[in-house]
Amino acid sequence: MSNAFLELSLVSMEFKARQGVFQALSGVNLVVNKGEFVSLIGHSGCGKSTILNIIAGLYRCTSGGVLLEGREVNQPGPDRAVVFQNHSLLPWLTAYENVELAVKRTSQGKRNKTQIRDWVMHNLALVQMEHALNKRPDELSGGMKQRVGIARALAMEPKVLLMDEPFGALDALTRARLQDELMRIVATTGSTVVMVTHDVDEAVLLADRVVMMTNGPAATIGEILDIKLPRPRERLALASNPVYLAARKAVLEFLYQKQLKAA
Amino acid sequence: MNNPASVPLVSTVPVAPTQQASRKVEILKEFGTAVAAANSSPAAAATAPAPAAKSPSRRTEILKDYSARLLPPLITVALLVGLWQFVCSQPGATLPPPSKVIGDTATLITEPFFDNGGNDVGMAWQLLASLKRVLYGYSIAVVVGISFGVLVGQFAIAMRGLDPVFQVLRTVPPLAWLPIALAGFRDGHPSAIFVIFITSVWPIIINTSIGIRNIPNDYRNVARVLRLNGLEYFWRIMMPAAAPYIFSGLRIGVGLSWLAIVAAEMLIGGVGIGFFIWDAWNSSRISDIVLALIYVGIVGFILDRLVSWAGRWVARGSSVN
Repeated sequence: MSNAFLELSLVSMEFKARQGVFQALSGVNLVVNKGEFVSLIGHSGCGKSTILNIIAGLYRCTSGGVLLEGREVNQPGPDRAVVFQNHSLLPWLTAYENVELAVKRTSQGKRNKTQIRDWVMHNLALVQMEHALNKRPDELSGGMKQRVGIARALAMEPKVLLMDEPFGALDALTRARLQDELMRIVATTGSTVVMVTHDVDEAVLLADRVVMMTNGPAATIGEILDIKLPRPRERLALASNPVYLAARKAVLEFLYQKQLKAA
Repeated sequence: MNNPASVPLVSTVPVAPTQQASRKVEILKEFGTAVAAANSSPAAAATAPAPAAKSPSRRTEILKDYSARLLPPLITVALLVGLWQFVCSQPGATLPPPSKVIGDTATLITEPFFDNGGNDVGMAWQLLASLKRVLYGYSIAVVVGISFGVLVGQFAIAMRGLDPVFQVLRTVPPLAWLPIALAGFRDGHPSAIFVIFITSVWPIIINTSIGIRNIPNDYRNVARVLRLNGLEYFWRIMMPAAAPYIFSGLRIGVGLSWLAIVAAEMLIGGVGIGFFIWDAWNSSRISDIVLALIYVGIVGFILDRLVSWAGRWVARGSSVN
């Protein structure tokens, strides 16, 4: 019996397509330790979002299994909170109400009314969105919406925080700012994070380990790189850090030399 | 037309050195303000205080806005009434001009609430009687329509079973239902309400089912991660997400209800604007018909607006508007 925190064991995924069966993933094995930040990177179509959805329980893998703290998980749940690429905030609720919905669902029997309010405000403060608590999503910018999405996920006190290209829809400056905020938040909460990204710099900057996927179909894990950089990580200081540059080079080599994707 | 590509960004006219320096400063100033404007966050801009008193320029702005919106329809209506007056004042005109209509219906306009017993009551009472029937029929249509719409939208098997029935029944014109209703209920009043119901229920069902089927996957995923149970999903996600579609259906439905009642009342009689029109025709009081038509149109417009405002209030903030 493995005592890994989160483990994917021989996970394969097939989709029924019109022309037959599409093998998305084949025999994925991955171990994530508690408190670790793992980036999943690969070319588009390599199945990284599929892996995330399988961990989240939104998809059911056709063979193999996902174990969280030794127990199999195949249903979605707040213990594996998801931050979606398009924030997925409910547009008829304010920012406060969006986070409150998650808190109420996960606080049954645990928190009374005042404690619920305090916990919602605590999470909004963590992402620096207390000033906008009564605003609806259509009154917020993309970066703000994504921050509320992160607050909602954190408010569920998940065992694993799953992020599916959370900053993909944002401009470069907002992305940089949110990456720094995410590092600060994760340092405070000590969350275990699995993040899908297509940005090499983001993967190396944020993660403890970068998991590089081979190309689909029948994609699997190609290489795993340990990022031995101390925290807290300063973006500007790292720009000339040899360990950072070597790690970046290794990921780029994997993606663009070893896994040349047909144009 | 100016082709943007051909307009130079910077003036290519040669300037003297001192002029160049001051021009540089001007450009930098403009850039500076543009950057400052771009840097201010949406939150800061939103909390900037509005001017306390309306300056004269603001008042003229509001005046301009109102006149831009009200003048065109007022002028159009005035032109149309003028045309009507002209055409119907010609010898041999079969319909009365506006001047005659107002003259003949003066008491009807000024005394909408008179009650001389039976069917001889003021216009307001006629309209209210029709509206009461609409209220009953439409309310039933709303309840039944949304229920079936949710059923058909959410469960594919219900869709497969019920949709062919709906598609066939909805093409039957409202008045064609009247004889069957009279045969079944043996009384004019429930028949009229049934006709309203059967006319307005179809757009409600169809639009509701489309709304249910078009709930974005993202919201469903949020509900799954939060492990919302069926009832919570229904009230907190399904209904708010489908609300804009449902209200589209409600709006179409209320318009159809009003059409149906006026037509149905012509056949079943009693107190109601439809009967009033038919009775006026039988007594050759054409001016009364014209007045009734104007009232019918205005009330129909008000009903449509009410449902539209209700829909906008319910779906406030929703992305589909």
